[in-house]
Amino acid sequence: MDGTAVNTNIFTKPDRDAVITIRNLYKSFGDNKVLNGLDLDLYRGENMVVLGKSGSGKSVLIKIIIGLMRPDNGSVHVLNHDICQLNSSQLDKMRVKVGFLFQSNALYDSMTVRENLEFPLRRHWIKTTKEEVNRLVMEALKNVGLPHTVDMMPSELSGGMRKRIALARTLILKPEIILYDEPTTGLDPITGKEISHLMLDIQKKYNTSSIIISHDINCVKIVANRIVMLIDGKCEATGTYHELSISKDNRVKQFFE
Amino acid sequence: MVKEIFIEIGLITRFAGRFFRELIKPQLEFSEFVRQCFFIGNKSLSLVGITAFIMGLVITIQSRPTLVEFGAEAWLPKMVSVSLVREIAPVITALICAGKIGSGIGAELGSMKVTEQIDAMYVSGTNPYKFLVVTRVMATTLMIPILAIMADGVSLYGGYLGANIHGIVSWDLYWNQVFDTLVFGDVLPSIIKTFFFGYVIGIIGSYKGFNSNRGTEGVGQSANSAVVISSLLVFIIDLLAVQITDVLNLN
Ligand SMILES: Nc1ncnc2c1ncn2[C@@H]1O[C@H](COP(=O)(O)OP(=O)(O)O)[C@@H](O)[C@H]1O
Ligand SMILES: [Mg+2]
Repeated sequence: MDGTAVNTNIFTKPDRDAVITIRNLYKSFGDNKVLNGLDLDLYRGENMVVLGKSGSGKSVLIKIIIGLMRPDNGSVHVLNHDICQLNSSQLDKMRVKVGFLFQSNALYDSMTVRENLEFPLRRHWIKTTKEEVNRLVMEALKNVGLPHTVDMMPSELSGGMRKRIALARTLILKPEIILYDEPTTGLDPITGKEISHLMLDIQKKYNTSSIIISHDINCVKIVANRIVMLIDGKCEATGTYHELSISKDNRVKQFFE
Repeated sequence: MVKEIFIEIGLITRFAGRFFRELIKPQLEFSEFVRQCFFIGNKSLSLVGITAFIMGLVITIQSRPTLVEFGAEAWLPKMVSVSLVREIAPVITALICAGKIGSGIGAELGSMKVTEQIDAMYVSGTNPYKFLVVTRVMATTLMIPILAIMADGVSLYGGYLGANIHGIVSWDLYWNQVFDTLVFGDVLPSIIKTFFFGYVIGIIGSYKGFNSNRGTEGVGQSANSAVVISSLLVFIIDLLAVQITDVLNLN
């Protein structure tokens, strides 16, 4: 990757093994060119933040990675699989290893917290006993600090709690990669900070690699090992928080003011 | 505008055809299907019952003077039962279900769409068409005929009370006349068409929900247009059904 990076951080060293490799990615909706020849690598164990204005195509990018949208052109390799070549059952297998935290949480309104968490377990046909399912549910809830909400409905929870439950549902499959879509947007600053620290804990505990979409600079400061700027459908600059915050480039500077 | 209508018809047809392809794929979501059947019954049973009862009563009372004029008062049960069972009960049931069930499905799936719950299903290894659409369409296709048969019975009972307001028709006489009048050729086509009503209501509600625009007003719009389009289609199917029975000499 070209950019302003200096290899002062272990996470930008090119010899690290990449879990996601994207080359020359194009995606447009009609005349709206959203991604324009984007290149991106995610290395094992790192928290990489993708920073960009709203409407710049951040959500489109991670929805392509998880196979919810098809790219127009370019290649996307996730854990050494070319996602454009996978059929739907292979895609399902890949999705066990890649968690996705939706911006709007996407908790199922008609199900309790427990049923929400059991859903991916059951649907991915992970064969386990009832006790084992229960143990996994409780473990995931403890990880996010909300074991007492297990029998509540999502509508009874606050915004921050819903975000945690959504995170627990993502964690329950023990993914190797987590894609976070604006995890702190819409939360108050304190809750946002808590969620950010939770993301750090998860990275340490499970050694996950993550792409974090954000424009919340407080969250970025806490979680980022490396930051990539998405500008005009391309990754323009990359570096640590400190490196980008002293950048002379106006398009980068405006995020750090 | 005309072009858009044809595009929409094409998209709906494709969506409706997909139902059959997904239906035969393995892994039936049985518990979700049962849950939907229960919801549909629970939601519309009382409204369908009350409306059918009132329709039976009113049609009978209103038909009476005309028949009296021709001295054919004794034909009241005959005439009323044919129009209730063949036309009024099935269509009323379908319209009520289009309003309650169709809009409900449109709003529910629409809000699932805009809050990314449908995407979340894909990510959780579930085909949302199979899990959400197939189960709901199967449920409407099964439940609306059942509700319509119930509406037949209730409206005929309303007819019995209506017939007894001015004259006296004994219980046995009324039902004997009704069952003498109604032949297989009346009842069967009227039940068969309700399966199509049910299918159309489920498909249109699901289609509108699945294709909701972003934002919450999109959800309201989906629910609304689901009702309009499926009500219209109910009448179109009814028109086709009467043509077909006419050709087959069943009228
Ligand atoms: N399903 C879609 N159909 C049409 N346009 C879309 C779709 N999804 C996203 N877009 C467009 O792509 C652009 C980027 O959207 P998005 O990735 O959601 O932005 P953000 O960076 O805020 O997450 C926007 O202009 C949006 O209108
Ligand atoms: Mg977004």
